[in-house]
Amino acid sequence: MSAIATALPAGPAAPGTVVQAAAGTDVGNPAVNLSIFAAFVAVTLFVVLRASRQNKSAADFYAGGRSFTGPQNGTAIAGDYLSAASFLGICGAIAINGYDGFLYSIGFLVAWLVALLLVAELLRNTGKFTMADVLSFRLRERPVRMAAALATLLVVFFYLLAQMAGAGGLVALLLGVDSAAGISAVITVVGVLMILYVLVGGMKGTTWVQIIKAVLLIAGAAVMTIWVLSKFGFNLSALLQGAVDAAGEGGQSLLEPGRQYGATGLSKLSFLSLALALVLGTAGLPHVLMRFYTVPTAKEARRSVVWAIWLIGIFYLFTLVLGYGAGALVGPETINAAPGGVNSAAPLLAFALGGEILLGIIAAVAFATILAVVAGLTITAAASFSHDIYANVIKKGRVNPDAEVRIARWTVVVIGLVAIGGGVLAQKQNVAFLVALAFAVAASANLPTIVYSLFWKRFNTAGALWSIYGGLISCIVLIVFSPVVSGSETAMIPGADFDWFPLTNPGLVSIPLGFLLGIVGTLVSSEPPHPEKFAEMEVRSLTGAGAERATASH
Amino acid sequence: MAELAEPARSAGETDYQRVERSPEFQDLRRRFRSFVFPLTALFLVWYFVYVLLANYAHDFMSIRLGGSAITVGLLFGLGQFVSTFVITMLYARWANQRFDAQADALRREIEGDDL
Repeated sequence: MSAIATALPAGPAAPGTVVQAAAGTDVGNPAVNLSIFAAFVAVTLFVVLRASRQNKSAADFYAGGRSFTGPQNGTAIAGDYLSAASFLGICGAIAINGYDGFLYSIGFLVAWLVALLLVAELLRNTGKFTMADVLSFRLRERPVRMAAALATLLVVFFYLLAQMAGAGGLVALLLGVDSAAGISAVITVVGVLMILYVLVGGMKGTTWVQIIKAVLLIAGAAVMTIWVLSKFGFNLSALLQGAVDAAGEGGQSLLEPGRQYGATGLSKLSFLSLALALVLGTAGLPHVLMRFYTVPTAKEARRSVVWAIWLIGIFYLFTLVLGYGAGALVGPETINAAPGGVNSAAPLLAFALGGEILLGIIAAVAFATILAVVAGLTITAAASFSHDIYANVIKKGRVNPDAEVRIARWTVVVIGLVAIGGGVLAQKQNVAFLVALAFAVAASANLPTIVYSLFWKRFNTAGALWSIYGGLISCIVLIVFSPVVSGSETAMIPGADFDWFPLTNPGLVSIPLGFLLGIVGTLVSSEPPHPEKFAEMEVRSLTGAGAERATASH
Repeated sequence: MAELAEPARSAGETDYQRVERSPEFQDLRRRFRSFVFPLTALFLVWYFVYVLLANYAHDFMSIRLGGSAITVGLLFGLGQFVSTFVITMLYARWANQRFDAQADALRREIEGDDL
């Protein structure tokens, strides 16, 4: 997602320019934005409180009692997946970089086929709450759980930080707040609300927040899409030409690939690397995997993914129109000059179309988006810590479910505080590389072990550990030594110069490495095979025999 | 599970291993893999063909269609959406109509046997 890398506020701008820009594009009315957002919070809190009445067991807290229907869960998946970076970032990337921005949405969508065909149903049939449940089914439990939980926590942490810092960037534009203290206050409010949702509502409350948010986001985008198209006589070609004309000199390249990534051979390789991470990352994202446990059967897991693919695909088609629409109706210069930079393309387009009311709605939806995604990430991390690390590694499974859920609730508070702190610190950082890194870690550390443990009889504990730790470490090392961290003016540490790895995304190296290490680790290990465990896993994964049952009804 | 028990039970074999060796399960697995694996290969290859074309065939992807602002690249991109939707529908239909009945029958036999 590093379209957004260059898009999101990359570093501290000179203070004078920020104020000037804010005054220059003083769009919308913070009071309207705030009251619409408050209405969303009120409605969702009410729903969360209602949903929480039956929250008793661990299956209720982690998996919403496994009682959501496929369409409900599919909508929640879309709500979980379409983060602020998807909505604001892709619209902005298309408005400024044209075709290259479109490539992201394609990677994000096609990735769902991996989840649909290879992972969702088999995972639902063999696991309980987390990704580690599936891996520890036939591998040595404690080391594998520990490794999988660490990978989960790391992916969630990067993703969480990106969302929280993104929230800060949004505030500048949407609420007219541009002091560091004001932005920190808003990040704190987002964090506290999220802790409240997750503590009170558990997975059930979180799921309802995601469903409500997905409906609002997709409906809002649909209205804007039709509105934009109506301005161009429902002629896509006229809309594209409008964006080209508004961009002035060089506008032609908006319609061609390579405006952002075509500069050099290395930037093209970076793009290839990103494309690989995007398409293989989704099916390894822990908060996505955990959603498959909230439905009663594998068939419902399948239905959820089918719903999610339709909703996500249609939404990304909307963003294509909205991005070029923002380019044509607002213009790249105005977008770049706005306080939120490229991320402000969609809100500015809303203002150009429907004035402050539509801007207020879109602004509130964007906040709701962050809130819902952050809540989903938090409950995933809490489950991973309390279920995998506390209950099964530290207590070796000798812990009652109530104590486990109590630990999970405490973890939610801790993660909420970490997210607030991280969000405040990462405010002016280039945040999107964190999301790209999360996808790369998911694709290199999580996906190989999931696929091998489901399909490869010979796979063993050593293979899993080599693959998880190898994928994890190679990702982080390559990012640290990439141009994202040092060696250029837009890097995190602009002064330093240790960027010996030339690509901005590690996927091209770390993903094949993760898969390869899984094979090598398996073959060099002397661990005896467990054909009886694999037989049980294979039979259960395909037939659904012995799968976890629903514990609650709506 | 009388008809599943046909392969003679060897010493130390678990019930799940017995099911795994049964022709019913072997057939189920073969049908699953022979549907899902080629489809996965197909959409991955098609995705990377698209990414590589966008990366390395700039001029081809920039060709405009009949004087409009629609480029070949845009059509290829929209083609990814179409193929994703089509594969989703094909898989869901296959799984609902063909796979589920067979898997459910086997599951009922296994659970009826109280493994």
